[in-house]
Amino acid sequence: MNNPTEYLPRSYHTRVSTYWWLARWAYVKFILREASSVFVAWIVVVTLLQIRALTRGPADYAELQNSLRSPLLLTLNAVSLAFVIFHAVTWFNLAPKAMVIRLRGKRLSSLAIAAPNYVAWVVISAAIAWILLRG
Amino acid sequence: MANRITLEVTRYNPAHDEKPRPDTYEVPLRKEWVVLDALNYIKDHLDGSLSFRWSCRMGVCGSCGMMVNGVPKLTCATFLSDYAPGPVRVEPMSHFPVLRDLVVDTSDFLVKLAKSKPWIIRKVEKPLDEEYFQTPEQMDAYKQFSMCINCMLCYAACPVYGLDPLFSGPAAIALAQRYNLDSRDQGASDRLDILSHHEGIWGCTFVGECTQVCPKNVDPAAAIQQYKLTATMEWLKALVLPRGAE
Amino acid sequence: MHKRSNEPFLWMLFSAGGVVSAMLMPIHVLLFGLAFPLGWLDAPSYEHLLALVRHPLTRVYLFILCSLPLFHWAHRFRFTLYDGLQIKHLNELINTFCYGGATLGTAVAAYLLWRIP
Repeated sequence: MNNPTEYLPRSYHTRVSTYWWLARWAYVKFILREASSVFVAWIVVVTLLQIRALTRGPADYAELQNSLRSPLLLTLNAVSLAFVIFHAVTWFNLAPKAMVIRLRGKRLSSLAIAAPNYVAWVVISAAIAWILLRG
Repeated sequence: MANRITLEVTRYNPAHDEKPRPDTYEVPLRKEWVVLDALNYIKDHLDGSLSFRWSCRMGVCGSCGMMVNGVPKLTCATFLSDYAPGPVRVEPMSHFPVLRDLVVDTSDFLVKLAKSKPWIIRKVEKPLDEEYFQTPEQMDAYKQFSMCINCMLCYAACPVYGLDPLFSGPAAIALAQRYNLDSRDQGASDRLDILSHHEGIWGCTFVGECTQVCPKNVDPAAAIQQYKLTATMEWLKALVLPRGAE
Repeated sequence: MHKRSNEPFLWMLFSAGGVVSAMLMPIHVLLFGLAFPLGWLDAPSYEHLLALVRHPLTRVYLFILCSLPLFHWAHRFRFTLYDGLQIKHLNELINTFCYGGATLGTAVAAYLLWRIP
């Protein structure tokens, strides 16, 4: 609405609150999901620190191990685990929406696309664990 | 069940009021009444100046969208007794300028809808006596997205639309996809040029509330994600085969 | 005729990063963040880890693990700042911080993985 006139009065524009995302649980869940990306970035940092410590030698690596045992880092990483799992679950549940796959004329349901992702997740995780633990 | 319920209805008269404010009305609580019935009761018996849009009163025209207790709803499809004992807050749809009381200015939506070119586009027209045949599978490909009644509840639910004036919004993108997927249509690249522009579709962060509030199960969130995938494929194609790929 | 945006490229990186972080990170965090420090499982020895990390395939794997998720973060965080804090008018600064940060992290990862003895 540009120029209010006698016949077209001024309309009211409600400003969106900075706390719009607190108004509904659905919005809070959404923001938590987006916030998970910060913990994803943190895990990259931890991984890079581990690689650096490995390069520098056993003493450095042992020192990093020690820091990972501190209550602060244990808590941070526990929270990161929760968020990273939350990311994975929301990702596998939502990604099928973008994919329209038809088998014999019928469209595959979201579950039919999400399920193989979950299976892959378990298999890949098991493989990584096996590689790390067998040494 | 009590036989009365209180409604807190937003009032705004641009000639007198600086900003919208709620007025309280007590209306009968009848088992079969919807919020629209309550609003019409107010207008008929309590305050004739109350302004609001409605038409079919059966959930097919998309006129009566409003916020009921903070959630976008079609007031003709929202039972009053579900909110007993009340009070029930009725406000104009979010993210649109308020013209008066519960009436909002929807012109922004109409502009964005037109940008989606929601009609069959043909590069090559068929002669008038030749029909366009379509199998049930071909219709199934776009049918869900064609159920949109332009009620704009998805716009009221979408935080990105509320924050980003350039975002096209759920319904406009879902309707673009409806035509892109229609086997009779040849206009996908025309729509892509307009919508793949920065804020057209890319502002969407898949909040998903649009799908939750849609009264017709259109699932606009899915349409948008599919459209993002299509736009990405087209971008890759243009990268690998520039120019001659039309 | 609008110039076609390059957002699809950023969205692709975001999606790839999303898949990588979803599939690989939970087990990494579970093991290195909780199981090994808390002694639920025996931590792999320094020698075993060094041997693993020296292998070219592991280096590629770690590079993917450390780069794509950063671009996933960059894209998501950028939109969270736009919509959550409503500072979209600072978009140049935000984009530089996010995608620049991700690029920097990727460069650090490449450097570290290259320099393994």
